[in-house]
Amino acid sequence: MNTVQPEKALPEAVETPSRFRNPIGKFVVTRNSRCTGCGLCASLCPHGVHIKPEGYAKPLPPRSERCVGTACEKCEYYCVARCPNKALSVSFNSTLETMGDYRWTPEMLIAHWHMAETGNLPEVDLEYSLGSSGGGFDKMRFRTPVPSEYIKISDEVIDTSLDLNRRGDERPQKTLSLPCYGGGMSFGSTALNVIVGRARAAKRLNTMTCTGEGGYPPEFLPYAEHVITQVATGLFGVREETIQNAPVVEFKYAQGAKPGLGGHLLGDKVTPEVAAMRETVVGSSLFSPFPFHSVYSVEDHKKHLDWIKEINPRALLSIKVSTPSDADMVAVGSYYAGAHIIHFDGSYGGTGAAPDIAKKNIAMPIEYAIPRIHRFLKAEGVREKVCLIASGGIRNAVDAAKAIALGADGVVIGTADLVALDCIRCGKCESGRGCARGIASTDAELGRMISEEYAEQRIVNMYTAWRKQWCEILRQYGLRSTRELVGRSDLLVNMDYLDEAERAKYKPAPQNKLVI
Amino acid sequence: MPKKYHIETKVTAPRFPAVGKFSTVERREDCAGSCSKCVKKKCVYNVFKDSYQHVITMDEPEFLYLCQSCFRCVQECTKGIFSRVVNPDYILMGDEYWQPEIINQTWFQAHTGRIPVSGAGYRGVFSGSGFDAMWTDMSEIVRPTRDGIHGREYISTSIELSRKPMRLTFDDKGSLPKSLPEITEIPIPVLFQPPSFGVFSEKEVVAMASAAQRLQTLMLIDAKDYSSAFYCFDGTMVPRVTARDYKEYVDIICLSKMLEIADAPGVEDEFPRLRGFKPGLLIAVGLPLDSKAPSRALELTIAGVDTIHFYADDNGREIGSGSPRPLRDLIREVHKKLIDSKLRSTVNLVFSGGIAMAEHMAKSIICGADGVVIDIPLLVALECRLCGLCKTGGSCPVAIGEIETAWGSQRIVNLIGAWHNQLLEVMGACGIREVRRLRGEVGRALFLEDLERESFAPIFGRRTVPCE
Ligand code: SF4
Ligand code: SF4
Ligand code: SF4
Ligand code: SF4
Repeated sequence: MNTVQPEKALPEAVETPSRFRNPIGKFVVTRNSRCTGCGLCASLCPHGVHIKPEGYAKPLPPRSERCVGTACEKCEYYCVARCPNKALSVSFNSTLETMGDYRWTPEMLIAHWHMAETGNLPEVDLEYSLGSSGGGFDKMRFRTPVPSEYIKISDEVIDTSLDLNRRGDERPQKTLSLPCYGGGMSFGSTALNVIVGRARAAKRLNTMTCTGEGGYPPEFLPYAEHVITQVATGLFGVREETIQNAPVVEFKYAQGAKPGLGGHLLGDKVTPEVAAMRETVVGSSLFSPFPFHSVYSVEDHKKHLDWIKEINPRALLSIKVSTPSDADMVAVGSYYAGAHIIHFDGSYGGTGAAPDIAKKNIAMPIEYAIPRIHRFLKAEGVREKVCLIASGGIRNAVDAAKAIALGADGVVIGTADLVALDCIRCGKCESGRGCARGIASTDAELGRMISEEYAEQRIVNMYTAWRKQWCEILRQYGLRSTRELVGRSDLLVNMDYLDEAERAKYKPAPQNKLVI
Repeated sequence: MPKKYHIETKVTAPRFPAVGKFSTVERREDCAGSCSKCVKKKCVYNVFKDSYQHVITMDEPEFLYLCQSCFRCVQECTKGIFSRVVNPDYILMGDEYWQPEIINQTWFQAHTGRIPVSGAGYRGVFSGSGFDAMWTDMSEIVRPTRDGIHGREYISTSIELSRKPMRLTFDDKGSLPKSLPEITEIPIPVLFQPPSFGVFSEKEVVAMASAAQRLQTLMLIDAKDYSSAFYCFDGTMVPRVTARDYKEYVDIICLSKMLEIADAPGVEDEFPRLRGFKPGLLIAVGLPLDSKAPSRALELTIAGVDTIHFYADDNGREIGSGSPRPLRDLIREVHKKLIDSKLRSTVNLVFSGGIAMAEHMAKSIICGADGVVIDIPLLVALECRLCGLCKTGGSCPVAIGEIETAWGSQRIVNLIGAWHNQLLEVMGACGIREVRRLRGEVGRALFLEDLERESFAPIFGRRTVPCE
């Protein structure tokens, strides 16, 4: 049994409003010309929707995204009812119908923007833990807790840490303060300030981020202890020193969004900086082959790991694979080849561009992969020796907790980090100049819309909110650490496996028909 | 080295602005009217520049095909005058099965010849019925071929349509017959047929036939519709006849490599006479995909048919059943019946009805089909909106009967070029380099029921809601 490590001090959440002047909320508050500027609404609303600065004749335009909407109607301070001039109205924001998708619903997006802004879980009634996909995590719930299980302990004493080295070999232990770290996003596909901001956030949160297959920009060096170097099939930017920089080296065999297809960076994105980093030609598309053309067998696989171990004697080794039908065998093989971390990337996630046919169809969703791998490793007697990481379609804190309860030690997050930076999931990351919102773009103008500081703080804020949610889940079941949650699938129910009476006790997931 | 199969795609713009998903709506009365950095000037996709009407008149929102939903105009306008709405016409296209998104993506492929690619992960529902309740597998680390997707020109997508002898046969003198039956192959596992609606003029069918010819595949057509316009595609056309009327079409049959005769009791008795018209003629029998399909397939196989063509309904469901099963299950059933009878490899099976996307082609093959026959996607490639007006005698909003055949042919070639590429993606991931080896390879697929049983049942017990 691991002794609970004293937590490193948690970083502070700092209010960091969106880069965009008109945030999108669930409700729209409008103030019409009948307003006389009496200021009553500003003094009433406790959510800060109405603000009337000293000396202003009228309040500022309403901050609609803070409005709790219909829930407010019953309150004595409900501004619409109280305004002496009937100048205010509150309605659902119909723009939401044009936003988000079945996996990341508009409410899940809005809630994460709020977390990234404030470090708190939203007060507005938003469903941010369940999507409308109608399967997988969206069918699972944590079972109704028994009140007597509840333990009253503060977030500070709850342990959410994750040990990466469970092999007990001569290599150092590395313990993260969160049961998650950041997935690979490469220099070239994502704005430099975004990836460096992620590294800064990783340092503050005592977790990690990953280079992706794009080389190791020198901007990462101050955060080197929190940056995983990825070795992918194209070997772009892999050098002796970038291997030596890293506390963890990740071999990417495949990725969930395009399993078996390798990587592809469009020529447009291969700017002089990107080309220099990857040691390639400007403007020429870059293909990462699939699979490693030097690995023909499990023995070759081991040779690869030995090679890295030789170059960096303190590095922990991670194997990133997707989720084929024989995922369980791959896990055991990777353990015997010497991996510390075995990372499965399910088919529904990913941030980079991929053919739609691959995203939807190839390999299994992560929800199916985790329990079978967990069981198989247990049956083989090596479960306690590996750090099992899941990713690909883990959207929010509750998904992460469910993945852990299904049997993962921790999770890897990509998309949610981008959502924290105002990604709206339009999916157009690869079109023309890249992301119009300045996230997945290296365009001279678009790629500079975000500052490192902004990226860092928004991400820190979001995980601060996630940690609150994890602590609440753990407390409900009398658990003191996320380690105790691993494999506790008995705490989960699946709506499709309950009888009707039982099912009625749980909140149904939203079932909106969406235009995607 | 034999010549590699290559599909020549070429950007071919639509004739009408496509039906957009969304529109931005402006509250003009709130516009300050003088911002030097008006968000409209900044739209990364130039929506407002190209869509001038949107700026000039704002009586009705204009539904935008170009808008990529980045929301910057909504979020950056200093007065916040923009909001967005869904285009009601967009959601009205198609039906539950032929969803607007499928139509939209088919247009994109017919326009560009490219496969749909996007970032930010999968956006759809978790699973559904039929083909949406299966995933294709991939090979990790150790795989059967080393080529993956980067040796794609070595991946073969050819299928055969001719009957295959089970073994060598010898004549009474103990020697091999001088000539073995010719093998007829097509380089892609997809054939064409005209859809049951939306054909306003022969031009549409000619466009389809011409694309089929360029793609070296085949096009089915009712013999009664086989006019002189199709003579130049004779090797491509497969006339459809019945046991009652085929004698009227002997001249057409003699022009063709293959014919399809509608199933009827005793239809197999006509095979010798049909083959008598033209030596080497391939015979396909067309029959509804109903509960009798597996046993009928076996009888026809024994009778020596070359190819069997099963017709599901337009939404890929069983015919004539109160609770129709999806194509996925029926293909598996027919395939298995022939496997169990040890005759599967002598005959070829193609399926039509409900093949809407490239993934359906790949998944049909994994379930046991040799190939598929498509119809509605051809019409959508010609800009059909699946509005259904023509089914009730209405006029077509895209005047589909007035297309130019060369334009239509290129749009269809583009679509199939994109489908072919997607098939290669799936096969590359599977590590399979011959589509013939993909046939019936259910080991290269993951079925919802199996995943639920293997991964979830040990945790959650018994399902109370059946898998769709
Ligand atoms: S209460 Fe009504 S009139 Fe007074 S400031 Fe608010 S909106 Fe204006
Ligand atoms: S292009 Fe869209 S989906 Fe991609 S990062 Fe930008 S906002 Fe997100
Ligand atoms: S949402 Fe983005 S792409 Fe669409 S019109 Fe506005 S700025 Fe242009
Ligand atoms: S667009 Fe409508 S009327 Fe025209 S062919 Fe298609 S379904 Fe028929």
